[in-house]
Amino acid sequence: MGDLMHEAVTGGRARLTGVQRLDAVFRARPTAALMPYLTAGYPDLARLPDLLAALAAGGADAVELGVPFSDPLADGPALQAAATAALAAGFTLDGLWAVLDRVLGTYSLPVVLLTYVNPILAHGAARFVERAAGAGVAGLIVPDLPWAEAAPLRRLTRQRGMALVPMATPNSPPAHLKDIRSGDGFVYGVSVTGVTGVRDQLAPDVLAFASRLKEAVGLPVAIGFGISTPDQAAQVGTVADGVIVGSALVSALMQDPRHAAQVATTRVRALARALKGGRGEGGKTR
Amino acid sequence: MGARPGHAVGVEQPEGLRPRGRGRFGPFGGQFVPETLMPALEELEQAYRAARRDPAFRKDLAQILSRYVGRPTPITAAERLSEAVGARVYLKREDLCHTGAHKINNTVGQLLLARRMGKQRVIAETGAGQHGVATATAAALLGIKAEIYMGAEDVARQALNVYRMRLLGAEVHTVTSGSRTLKDATNEAIRDWVTNVRHTYYAIGSVVGPHPYPTMVRDFQAVIGREARRQMLAAGGLPTHVVACVGGGSNAMGIFHAFRRDPVALVGVEAAGEGLDTPRHAASLSAGTPGVLHGAFSYLLQDGDGQIRLAHSVSAGLDYPGVGPEHAHLASTGRAEYHAVSDADALAAFHELSRLEGIIPALESAHAVAWVWSRRGQWPAGARVLINLSGRGDKDVEQVAAQQGPGAPGGGGSDGRSHA
Repeated sequence: MGDLMHEAVTGGRARLTGVQRLDAVFRARPTAALMPYLTAGYPDLARLPDLLAALAAGGADAVELGVPFSDPLADGPALQAAATAALAAGFTLDGLWAVLDRVLGTYSLPVVLLTYVNPILAHGAARFVERAAGAGVAGLIVPDLPWAEAAPLRRLTRQRGMALVPMATPNSPPAHLKDIRSGDGFVYGVSVTGVTGVRDQLAPDVLAFASRLKEAVGLPVAIGFGISTPDQAAQVGTVADGVIVGSALVSALMQDPRHAAQVATTRVRALARALKGGRGEGGKTR
Repeated sequence: MGARPGHAVGVEQPEGLRPRGRGRFGPFGGQFVPETLMPALEELEQAYRAARRDPAFRKDLAQILSRYVGRPTPITAAERLSEAVGARVYLKREDLCHTGAHKINNTVGQLLLARRMGKQRVIAETGAGQHGVATATAAALLGIKAEIYMGAEDVARQALNVYRMRLLGAEVHTVTSGSRTLKDATNEAIRDWVTNVRHTYYAIGSVVGPHPYPTMVRDFQAVIGREARRQMLAAGGLPTHVVACVGGGSNAMGIFHAFRRDPVALVGVEAAGEGLDTPRHAASLSAGTPGVLHGAFSYLLQDGDGQIRLAHSVSAGLDYPGVGPEHAHLASTGRAEYHAVSDADALAAFHELSRLEGIIPALESAHAVAWVWSRRGQWPAGARVLINLSGRGDKDVEQVAAQQGPGAPGGGGSDGRSHA
């Protein structure tokens, strides 16, 4: 039934806004959505179409695509290194738009762009949003634009039917959780106070955090930061509506960049199986 | 160096940002940090507001400033320099502060606040190491654990300051990410703070970062201007010009603030490095564009995609690709003017002040001296120029000697610019 829904959405995509496509990802699904993260331009922009296809082939439900930034202060070592490598390999926003213009029109999954705020300002926020929406991007995640500063950008994304995804953290006060109820798409739940990165163990209170968040915000909740293994994904997936895996996937690509697409499919497939197995044992038995 | 005052005049509010509000200087400033830090900034703002109203806190701070830091620092009438440039020149002697620079004014204030907030651990970023040393010093004084982030490049260049910090009981973390300098040390300190936010206090070293830091650091440094204004009045009247170097801009804001309502020209001097027409400079206001770095909307060095460019200055303390948001505002309203001085001219001024006044200035402060020097013979009659001598140059002597050779210190007099 999930697949049928997916087909219907894909088929009618041209008439759906980014927010609607994200809503469809989370609507009436039996298991948590899998949202892998890629650093755009790693190993290089030319391979981005293959990598996006690889994520879809592995069973991803949506994609988070990171715009490399010189000073990514919410990212741990793995994503910093990938961004540095992508910039060294010549990443530019114009290059990214050219690839997305070509690819997203026929791509089956909604793509959410994660970018720090300065590249948005450097291009001009209206122009950036216009360009992203024109390319078919479903939403934006801006890790250094807290909700208290976000209203002007949100007006622009809403005009184009894109989601500006609010973030919530374990130390977010009740007032913040109340404010983001008016957000679009989903809430990005940051599982730890900390930066992105592979961790041996899930934060002990992550499931409680996820359910507290779901109750408070009235939007789908995707949990990210520190979710690395299929088993961890499955555990979080028992509560969360979506699971974001970033550093673990990017680290795997960095270990074998020549076979990045195969690595991506293999990794995503293992995560997807674990999520569909549900209840936390899935990852261990495979 | 070609002056480009008023470059920033009339900057328009960029679309996509709130026009004003909490922690803004005109459109500049704000809080551009991960959501995790928002509760910490709120806690900090409340604690700071309560502390500044608390007589006990103010008394503790005043006592440390007088009995430990050595305040008030004097102003010195620089007789021979005055004669050479053709204006009455006064030096505000922050070089005489304990640890040798103005940075300590801020760290004793912030660490007293950290102690009051019950934080067990303090982190800081440092470039040349002056703020790191000042943080380690205040931490030793107050019995707080300090950990300092410093780029690998700077650790290699400033080995003596690394040793000083360790001697003072601080732990120094070498940062190897990105450009391995101050900007990356700042990123790493912010990452640490995001991770350990519940029990860690982040002591920022300049008037940069998210609100309330630019205001709070300015307030702690404003003692410089309060003293200097009183001292100038006692020495015959207000200055006509107040001149200070600007990297992040804390010594400049510190001395400007008390004069903001006076008929006094406020002059900030940035580092033009090898020239504003080259990529190797650190002049964010003179040659940068507006953007967000390290939590605040201000002027910065960036490319067309908003990637932060590397800064360059012979002076490590000015080697930063951003500037405090209140300076961006003062530039945009025209209340202050900003100029830039090259490495070569700053080095020449380093020699001139040493020879003329027996004061070896920090290379940072030498930029302010160099701008005053560049106007020699052109000062209007009655000009009274107050330079903030933000630090002493002992830390720079080895670097200057290595660059110029110990046997040939700078040549003699006004045209002795031997720096290649």
